[in-house]
Amino acid sequence: VATVTETKPAAPDRPPHAATLKPAKGSRKSRWQARSRQDRLDSWKPRWLWASLAMPGSIWLLLFFLLPFYAILCVAFGTLDPIFQSPVPIWNPFAWDPQTFVNVYHELSITFASPFWRTVWYVAVSSLLSLVIAYPVAYFVTRHAGKRKSLYLILLISPFWVSYMMRMLAWIDLLQTNGWVNDVFEWLGLMNRSTPANWLGGHSLTVILGLVYGYIPYLIIVLYAGLDRIDGRLLEASQDLGFTKLRTFWRVTVPLSRQTILAGMFVTVLPMVGDYFTNQLLSARKSTTMIGNTIEGQLNYASAQSDGAAASVILLLLLVPAMIYYVRSTNKASRENA
Amino acid sequence: MATVVVPTPATRRQRKAWRGPWRYPFGLQTFTWVYLIWSIVPIGISILFSFNAGKSQATLQTPLSLRWYSGRNKSFPSVLHDPILHAAVVQTLKLGAIVTLITIPLGVGFAIGIDRWRGRTSNGFNLVMIFSFVVPELLLAVALYFVFLQLFKFVHLGSEAETAALVVWNISWPAIIVRARLVTIGKSFEEAAADLGASRMSALWRVLTPLLLPAIFASAVLTFASVVDDFVLVEQLSGNGGSQTMAVIIYSQQHGGGGGPALNALATLMLLFSLVVAALGYGAYRLMTRGERGSTTEALTSIAGM
Repeated sequence: VATVTETKPAAPDRPPHAATLKPAKGSRKSRWQARSRQDRLDSWKPRWLWASLAMPGSIWLLLFFLLPFYAILCVAFGTLDPIFQSPVPIWNPFAWDPQTFVNVYHELSITFASPFWRTVWYVAVSSLLSLVIAYPVAYFVTRHAGKRKSLYLILLISPFWVSYMMRMLAWIDLLQTNGWVNDVFEWLGLMNRSTPANWLGGHSLTVILGLVYGYIPYLIIVLYAGLDRIDGRLLEASQDLGFTKLRTFWRVTVPLSRQTILAGMFVTVLPMVGDYFTNQLLSARKSTTMIGNTIEGQLNYASAQSDGAAASVILLLLLVPAMIYYVRSTNKASRENA
Repeated sequence: MATVVVPTPATRRQRKAWRGPWRYPFGLQTFTWVYLIWSIVPIGISILFSFNAGKSQATLQTPLSLRWYSGRNKSFPSVLHDPILHAAVVQTLKLGAIVTLITIPLGVGFAIGIDRWRGRTSNGFNLVMIFSFVVPELLLAVALYFVFLQLFKFVHLGSEAETAALVVWNISWPAIIVRARLVTIGKSFEEAAADLGASRMSALWRVLTPLLLPAIFASAVLTFASVVDDFVLVEQLSGNGGSQTMAVIIYSQQHGGGGGPALNALATLMLLFSLVVAALGYGAYRLMTRGERGSTTEALTSIAGM
């Protein structure tokens, strides 16, 4: 790559068309033309521009994203203040004390065990249920909505603009003992008014409903975007070659959308794992606590904070493979688009 | 009004290709509508209850009134006259504006810089940015809580901590969306600018920025909406009251048993803010991409961050 001074094309404040009006003179011009386009772009002045553009955001990410995760490790591997029982982080990784992890590991097998397995169970059921609902809807809108596609899209996207809390509030309203859901059940003759169902009294079913309702809009958006990218000509070809519509779906559409389905699953699973408010709002009973509630609860007591940090680190380690897979697949997709 | 649409050859061919010799999938259509009703009607009902005459959150109490928005009853305060709810509305809007104003320049600069400055460092930062997009919010909240408590003690829990956290949580919106737009634009415009004698700076400012404007706008809309909606970071980092947003107030009051139609009113206001921002964003996006190929669906999907 040539040095900057050689290729200086024009004064920065000259109008864009100046170069065509007054071409550069002599040898400088021929050298300019000899170079490839890419080279010319690369040797533009000032070179440090790109790095300096990216710097502020990068520094923010360093200070408030990477450093916090280092700090969480330091707290988890730290000790407790002997008097106040508050966590004392150890910043030097060579002096880390694994005692907290030993404690948390023991707790994991006793007090943490049921919220942990309940989280696995809730998240698995809710995300699969979301997929079963979201996939046909996204498929219909991409393939069959026709002229009304915009209308369907507006309706699909609209929950995205409604606050999560409001969506939970809506179900709290409906699921009250004297709420409209019970009214409907009574009207259908499935319930006796004198013994109304207390949906908000610690039912796993209600929490799963809440999780599905809360996270399905994100999943649908991901699935729609993915399914919309599938080349329609492939489906035509499959049908021309004699597959029925159903077989085309199973043998062409589904395999082509495998990446999308996985990405969509991560989009729902990752936030669901860290969810602690859905079950608090819709049940608030010990019988439906998840791992998020455990971690969040530990932040409120100074003496439990390092346990909370250790539990977060363990949870993070469990999720890292999923996150890496997701990051790699999105990276790959963006490279293919480019 | 019935209009007769004469299909052009192109649309007829298209329709034939999609439908094939098989019938229209009415089952799928019904399923989609059931889903849409299930997803939208509860929200409508919750808006309806915010106009209740009484204090029930479970039944509709007529005549509908605005008492939970602006009523003056002391024992059942409305959003306007309850100092906590009122403060939450103000804090939400303030936080949304400040965070958007910081996030967008940082994120847009990051997107352009990372896209053009190839190398190991830039790849590393890009990876970090994508991780910040997928990490569960609670874990980030816990991590930031410890940082502000143990290391950056000068950043007090409250608005300062919330701003720092929300910026890092939302920086991926402009970073991802603007970068995607950069890829679609390609390098030809910049090359043309270079051929015509523009410096890198002026090509960036006069050529690239106008082309990126729709994406920048879309990501600003998404960032604002996401801050208004944010719950976990704000709740964990809000410290001792005064800096709680509407979402946190709805959670803590409903969870604490203090629910009532005033919360529905608060949520309805939140929805109103989001819808205004979404509509503005959609309109502006259409205006900016006028004359470009692509259509309503394109604008809609961009505003939703697809």
